[in-house]
Amino acid sequence: MSNVEEPKLTKKDFKSDQDVRWCPGCGDYSILNSVQAAFADLGKKLHETVIISGIGCSSRFPYYMETYGFHTIHGRAPALATGVKLSNPELDVWVVTGDGDAMSIGGNHFIHAMRRNVGLKVMLFNNRIYGLTKGQFSPTSPQGKVTKSSPVGSVDYPFSPIALALGAGGTFVARGVDILGPHLQSMIKQADGHNGTAMIEIYQNCNIFNDGAYAGFTDKGVREERILYLEHQKPLLFGADNAKGIAFDEAFRPYIVEGDDLGKAFVWDELSDTPAPAMALATMDEEKFPVPVGVFRRQDKPNFEYAVNQQVETAVASNKQSLKDLIYSGEMWDVK
Amino acid sequence: MTGTDTTDGLTSSTPDSGVQELEQVVIRFAGDSGDGMQLTGDQFTRTTALMGNDIATFPDFPAEIRAPAGTLPGVSAFQLRFSSFDIHTPGDAPDVLVAMNPAALKAHVGQLKKNGILLLNTASFKPLDLKKATYAVDPRTDGSLDGYRVIEVDLTARTREALEETELDTRGKDRCKNMYALGILYWLFQRDVEPTKKALAQKFAKKPAIVDANLKAMAAGHAYAETVEIFQVSYKVAPAKMPAGTYRNIMGNQSLCLGLVAASKQCGVPLFLGSYPITPASDILHQLSSYKNHGVVTFQAEDEIAAVCAAIGASYSGKIGLTSTSGPGIALKAEAIGLAIMAELPLVVLNVQRAGPSTGMPTKTQQADLLQAMHGRNGESPMVVIACSTPADAFEVGYEAIRIATKHMVPVMVLSDGYIANGSEPWQLPDIDKLPPIDVSYAPERDGDGAKDGEKFKPYERNPETLARPWAKPGTKGLVHRIGGLEKQDVTGNISYDPDNHQHMIDTRADKVARVANDLPPMATLGEKSGDVLVLGWGSPRGAITAAVTRLQGEGHKISAAFLRHLNPLPNDLEALMRSFKKVVLPELNKGQLASMLRSKYLIDVQSYSRVNGQPFQSQAVEDYMRNVLQEVK
Repeated sequence: MSNVEEPKLTKKDFKSDQDVRWCPGCGDYSILNSVQAAFADLGKKLHETVIISGIGCSSRFPYYMETYGFHTIHGRAPALATGVKLSNPELDVWVVTGDGDAMSIGGNHFIHAMRRNVGLKVMLFNNRIYGLTKGQFSPTSPQGKVTKSSPVGSVDYPFSPIALALGAGGTFVARGVDILGPHLQSMIKQADGHNGTAMIEIYQNCNIFNDGAYAGFTDKGVREERILYLEHQKPLLFGADNAKGIAFDEAFRPYIVEGDDLGKAFVWDELSDTPAPAMALATMDEEKFPVPVGVFRRQDKPNFEYAVNQQVETAVASNKQSLKDLIYSGEMWDVK
Repeated sequence: MTGTDTTDGLTSSTPDSGVQELEQVVIRFAGDSGDGMQLTGDQFTRTTALMGNDIATFPDFPAEIRAPAGTLPGVSAFQLRFSSFDIHTPGDAPDVLVAMNPAALKAHVGQLKKNGILLLNTASFKPLDLKKATYAVDPRTDGSLDGYRVIEVDLTARTREALEETELDTRGKDRCKNMYALGILYWLFQRDVEPTKKALAQKFAKKPAIVDANLKAMAAGHAYAETVEIFQVSYKVAPAKMPAGTYRNIMGNQSLCLGLVAASKQCGVPLFLGSYPITPASDILHQLSSYKNHGVVTFQAEDEIAAVCAAIGASYSGKIGLTSTSGPGIALKAEAIGLAIMAELPLVVLNVQRAGPSTGMPTKTQQADLLQAMHGRNGESPMVVIACSTPADAFEVGYEAIRIATKHMVPVMVLSDGYIANGSEPWQLPDIDKLPPIDVSYAPERDGDGAKDGEKFKPYERNPETLARPWAKPGTKGLVHRIGGLEKQDVTGNISYDPDNHQHMIDTRADKVARVANDLPPMATLGEKSGDVLVLGWGSPRGAITAAVTRLQGEGHKISAAFLRHLNPLPNDLEALMRSFKKVVLPELNKGQLASMLRSKYLIDVQSYSRVNGQPFQSQAVEDYMRNVLQEVK
């Protein structure tokens, strides 16, 4: 191993030699770009980084990153990544998943990773559709979604991945958007600095099967009025000149304030010891309210791999039992 | 005849008085789930093992934690057999049955040998107890127990008397009645009471009142048997002549864990167990959880799938990934095992089989997951399958699983079963310094990461002898690479849909498993290497087969037995061995799964002796079956 200070890697260094095979125009390209840029800025090392994915369009991600990568099976990336993180806590482990992978077939692993607070960074690409299987509704598709498997509209109510992560005890829960590159990079960097499970829901446009799913609030013309940027210790303001705000009534129902009432806008606290404000924002009606992006909740709590390995290290440090002692134990007798 | 595994016991001679010498005894303790029969059996076993007898045990308990008291589904039993010679099974029919209530009597008296000793707790033969056990008439009065040596003792009343001066309430006192019964049997079979004193003092170290009461009850039972002359004789079983060495009594799940830890220490790679509790495999999770001091990390996952996936993640990171379960769990893990086969990572999957299909009979034994182990995955996904055959053998099998997994970079399925897992036998402890070496090396760090420079690391470049690919741990410089479940180009590991490459990879994965056979020692046989009948066995029927074949050999029959530890790949010399006999018979606790594998692979007319009733084979049944086969062959 050389002791020479190695030059900081550039975005290009994180690109693998494999051709990217997402559909032209897919939101995944911009996310890949943001991840590579953020990783370079963060000074990550290729060999210390592991990207683990499940199945779906988004889960092809590891092949395009010049890091360690494991493209696993449908829904199971958080479980496999938990084994990696427990076995080598020094590794920088990122999980790439989608709304089908994480919310449907892998829902169980998703919630348990949140609950345990494993030091994984989870990027959930939410395009509200099944892309790789060519266009069925997903657990995040809005009710009434017409797809190949729901020709007269799906009757399922959708999940909010943010609300689910909060409910499962997620300690870092955030949302970004594929086309809001600098903001997304900021989310990635904040997630990187988090000690436990960090979950970023990334709104991602599938231009083939669900084009424009988010256009109603991400298009340039409407963005200002329709997106609410969550900023720690700042009031929840949005709209032109930040002229509108979100306040909560006594039952924690959100409502829009403006003019003289602007001062009632809720001052955002991502470190709040209650998930209630974050939950209220995560479940706001998208049609009536602006769509929040940013950090919903952040809590510092010892991570799972630390606690597990500490128990083992403590036991190993005070161990006086050799393998022979272990096998030659209990009630023994000698035959001569 | 000393040295032969016979079925004779104390019932074949008429007692007169004094101390009678026996070669072997089979005792079955049966009672309500709450009566402490497993503890009683366990104590008798420990004591007897320490006294130098050979011993084999068979706990048989209900799946329900507490079925309604006094009913047939609530009956829990523990059978043990001890002897002055080498034995291989816990015995077929008991010589002594301890029945703590009518339900226990009803469930087990059918197997008690004629002239056998039947110890009944009369306190629990009240009308309601009889009704719960669905007895219309008290069996003690209708002649149905004629032919047994019935000993009636009001265990409850006697125990209460003995504990009159203790602080325990009546309920607490009644819980000690199993120890009163144990005391009686300790006198009857001239057992040393000291080991139990020590064990109870340890077990209830924080509750001296409980220890005191249990020991008082045991002493009272012992004194009762001695003074009341309920038995004309007591019995003595001399220590067995076993190979010199240090022994301890061991259960299959325990020794499997020890084998895994030993292999881990030998190669210096820590164990990681991902597991989800399931009967009868949970004890593996419990046991390995207690070996943190040996660097073992255990992860109780949210489900079976997460358990195996975490283990694969651990293997990928350079640890030895293990997952433990039973058949239903294997079904859930199948897709992930396929991933490990594709990713060519070492992984050890432990299947403690139980009676299926579906939930089946979780506490009963069966060997019906062999074809699931062989073929229970999508695509062509061959994996190594090995099986343990006795509680002590599980140590070597656990060790072997890790040797194969790490040398060949393959997942290995270990088949055990409920009978091995919970049964016990004396284990001659291995010489730690002579355990076979297991050399593990990871791919070394190198230059070459990054898009710009150097030759890329080749994650699927193979060892020419084993075809194993390098074990490249994340975190190692110069080895960044991507793996996954998609078909990949050999050598580079890049995704490939090329038809020729796919054929090549399918063949390579199969060849890699087949090459494991190149390391296997020549097959051992019990008896001659040719003859009339070869009884082939795998897994837990080994004991019953050994006993039956030994007896038939003693009569001069040309019968041999051989046991398969490696089921995939099979030993290279198996075919020649089978062809050296006129007939090959294969007893297994399934519908003939290995028999059909062998028939299709070798086109040899292997005769299946199939039994699937949730119980282990009895040696007498195997003997009778083989006697018929020997007749036909002649």
